[in-house]
Amino acid sequence: MDAQQALADLTEISSQIRAAVVFDDSGKVAGSTVSDGDAFARAAADLLAAAEEIKTGDSRLTQLEVATGDGSLFIVREGKATIAATTGADPTVGLVFYDLKSALRSVKPTRAPARKRATTTAAAKKKAPAKKPAPRKKKPDAS
Amino acid sequence: MRRSAAAILGVLGGMLAGAAFIRRQTAHRERADLYFEDGSMLSLTNGSPGAERLLPLARQIIGQARTG
Repeated sequence: MDAQQALADLTEISSQIRAAVVFDDSGKVAGSTVSDGDAFARAAADLLAAAEEIKTGDSRLTQLEVATGDGSLFIVREGKATIAATTGADPTVGLVFYDLKSALRSVKPTRAPARKRATTTAAAKKKAPAKKPAPRKKKPDAS
Repeated sequence: MRRSAAAILGVLGGMLAGAAFIRRQTAHRERADLYFEDGSMLSLTNGSPGAERLLPLARQIIGQARTG
């Protein structure tokens, strides 16, 4: 499933979510429910970076919720993909996190084309000797 | 006369106390919860240095998302 479809499903399932964006660790937006998804993703990445500076241990920050009087901001990170979403005030925190994780897992990871080509070439090289036809044996009675 | 003045003052005082309580509750509700891979969680309440940094950014994003 592509990110845009995953976000459409997410906003349909969860009435609490007002806006959401999916982006990767380089800041590239894969899908967004708002018109300016790039700005949303950039601001969410900035907040994530600020939160990373606050942490005290070595463990990676995987999710966060910032609750304000106007609403809440949720960010969930899995591997290279990140999803950020806003809700109204006093959301059901566990449910929103669950929905965001499900949406993020349903997004099909994009493969790098260069790597795919290299794999194909390596596979072709491996298969090459097998394709070579075996030498024909002459029939003993052939003259 | 004195009684009614005391009643009005009492009502006004109650209203002020209620407003202050609601305001305090709202301010207290603002927080940032950070969840880590090892299962630990860090909760930063409004007024702590970490929350002071994250809350304005979150308010900005929520505002942008509302208009966008």
